[in-house]
Amino acid sequence: MDFNDTPQEAAFRKEVRAWLDANAPTELKEPLESSGFGNTNVGDADIMEVSKAWQKKKADAGWACLQWPKEYGGRGATPIERVIWSQEEGVYAALSSVFLIGQGMCGPTMMAYASEEHKRHYLPKLASGEEIWCQLFSEPAGGSDLAGLRTKAEKDGDDWVINGQKIWTSGAHFSDYGILITRTDPTVPKHKGLTMFFLSMKSPGIEIRPIKQVNGQSGFNEVYFTDVRIPDHQRLGDVGEGWKVSLTTLMNERLSIGAGMPTGFPEMFELARSFETVDGPAIKDKALRSRLADWHVKTNGLKYSAARSISALSRGETPGPEASIGKLVAGTTMQDIAQAALDLQGLSGALTDPDHADAAARFQAMLLRSPATRVEGGTDEILRNIIAERVLGLPGDMRADKDVPFNEIPTGKAN
Amino acid sequence: MNFEFSEDQKLLKDQVRRFLDDKCASKDVRTVLDGAATYNESVWNGLKDMGLMGTAIPEEYGGSGAGYLELCVIAEELGRAVAPVPFSSSIYLAAETLLVAGTEEQKQAHLPKLAAGDKIATLAISEHSGRLDPSTLSLKASDGTLKGSKSPVVDGSIADLAIVVARTGPSPRDVSLYLVDLRQDAISRKTLDSIDPTRDLAEIAFNEASGELIGEPNRGWDVIEKVFDRGAVLFAFEQLGGAQKALESAVDYAKERYAFGRPIGSFQAVKHMLADMYVSAELARSNCYYGAWALSTDAPELAEAAATARVAATKAYQHCSKNNIQTHGGMGFTWEFDCHLHYRRSNLLALVIGSRSQWEDQLIDRLEARNAA
Repeated sequence: MDFNDTPQEAAFRKEVRAWLDANAPTELKEPLESSGFGNTNVGDADIMEVSKAWQKKKADAGWACLQWPKEYGGRGATPIERVIWSQEEGVYAALSSVFLIGQGMCGPTMMAYASEEHKRHYLPKLASGEEIWCQLFSEPAGGSDLAGLRTKAEKDGDDWVINGQKIWTSGAHFSDYGILITRTDPTVPKHKGLTMFFLSMKSPGIEIRPIKQVNGQSGFNEVYFTDVRIPDHQRLGDVGEGWKVSLTTLMNERLSIGAGMPTGFPEMFELARSFETVDGPAIKDKALRSRLADWHVKTNGLKYSAARSISALSRGETPGPEASIGKLVAGTTMQDIAQAALDLQGLSGALTDPDHADAAARFQAMLLRSPATRVEGGTDEILRNIIAERVLGLPGDMRADKDVPFNEIPTGKAN
Repeated sequence: MNFEFSEDQKLLKDQVRRFLDDKCASKDVRTVLDGAATYNESVWNGLKDMGLMGTAIPEEYGGSGAGYLELCVIAEELGRAVAPVPFSSSIYLAAETLLVAGTEEQKQAHLPKLAAGDKIATLAISEHSGRLDPSTLSLKASDGTLKGSKSPVVDGSIADLAIVVARTGPSPRDVSLYLVDLRQDAISRKTLDSIDPTRDLAEIAFNEASGELIGEPNRGWDVIEKVFDRGAVLFAFEQLGGAQKALESAVDYAKERYAFGRPIGSFQAVKHMLADMYVSAELARSNCYYGAWALSTDAPELAEAAATARVAATKAYQHCSKNNIQTHGGMGFTWEFDCHLHYRRSNLLALVIGSRSQWEDQLIDRLEARNAA
């Protein structure tokens, strides 16, 4: 048992370091390091501009989408090499956030289901950051119950005509393309009537409206489709096979979201050490110490669960189910930590101005962003179902909509 | 990176599991539970025949010198089987104390017998209710003579030898360690009733008993702290094994037991409880592996890693064992079902070598020390 690289891994790491030393945008290091939770600080620079520039530079040198085949803009690297890259890229990885969904989810789906011609045309530009992709899955009536989606696709000659609405689409407003799941047959049970496409986000009939979130930001959008036309050659997988195609995407979503989730513990520990209460340093408070111990155990447990997954990759194996717990643990832990940090600060804990609030208002940002972590990419409850059913092998839930044609499934007022 | 046990270590684990499945089944644990014995001698003899007590004891002292990672996988299996044997007292604590503080002569004299399983030893510290702390100890030793009593002592009725923490000076930490032969006339012992009758707890009275100093006088607590750090990792593996087994037992039952015309494991209230048990066991496993790495390499991070593993595994075992009963419903509260074996053991293990709150406190001390450095 050790944390050492194999000789090949060490050689690869050396190569990565050498390239990063020579090419990383060091002028952004300082602002990036001071980024708060949920926002990327690049000083006076334009975030999109510097993100695209860094991605292009990486792509030109063969350091973009490392695990993709070379002909699609990747490097053909092994999974462990990808991990080594991200460990070394460090703080600059924050510049990749606008590309994450496209490269992490849309790319693998295209890779699995698009035609060779489309793959060669679209994937290299997705890898190099020249084009940004989004994922059009969730709907007002299809969140956790994704297969309950209603956006219609109807065949008209060689095209499909799309009508309906998507929601929670990250980055739709700056995306060039998107992958879209639709209902092509409402008369069969819900999982069987779905079909996947990709389309240009500049297509006529698409309207994008930002959603104002609890934390005041607008990372997500509503996307409306009115008679939007998609040529049939942009279909991914067979008609009616959309559910199967979406599972490829979602598996990648949980893998990319679950890795290295922050809990806020290092920030909380630092606050506890430095904060003076009327009884002395906060860290001497017995009740707080017990909670700190709990958060540390969770944070450290996630860190070394990731180490176990990486070890599996290093041996050429697939990581075990331990990879599934990351988001579930990190979301609630961060929410707890944020509340405890504000509690320590008293009424001043209510302040969100970085110039007035302790720790540059990091904990207030965590408080207001962490509810989303517990919902996005699979709610806590869905993740527990996944662990229970796929890891522990427990029977599935009894479903009221099983084998019922989609257009006969009961819906409530809120849908 | 290779943060995983080796193939050989996994083979050892399988071998120990096969032995315990066969010889340390529920009925074998229950002979001790029901009071027929203070420990299961045939399980002990089997472990002895496999040479497991000497796993981390160097060859020059009669062990196999295989190492601590091997001892960790054995501990996990002992925990899983709720083994009613004094392995932890004799090996994780007493043998480790001798390794840490014994003279060459003392190691030569005692370790081969512990490694062979021919003698059983324990550590006697507690005297009162409350936190384990040297300032609370009053059993006195002078000129190798011990007077006072220890209670409770884990495996106190079984052990041949005890390493006793005795007061030898006026300041709070002035305690020293003495190796005492418990089979002398000046010793009287009484077995005590406890929450976990599958393990022995006893009161030991020392009426001018003779003992042999181990380590430097008045520096006994330094040794105990070191031994506890090492023992914490090993106990954490026992707790991890127990947590894993309690989880599996709950999952199996939830698949088989039907209510309202369906397996209870199909209800989300039950399913989510089981998922949470899985999460706590998985976090404990990762923390335990980190502890194992630190123990086996004697890393500077050991104190912190040990406390982390100990806290994580204590919580996981308590969490999984109580919810295993919950999953079993009323049947989980019967003497007949095995759920209570884990419930008892988890709550006993949470108290040995310092209780959970004490370890939480120590964990934060150690994180502070690292951040200050």
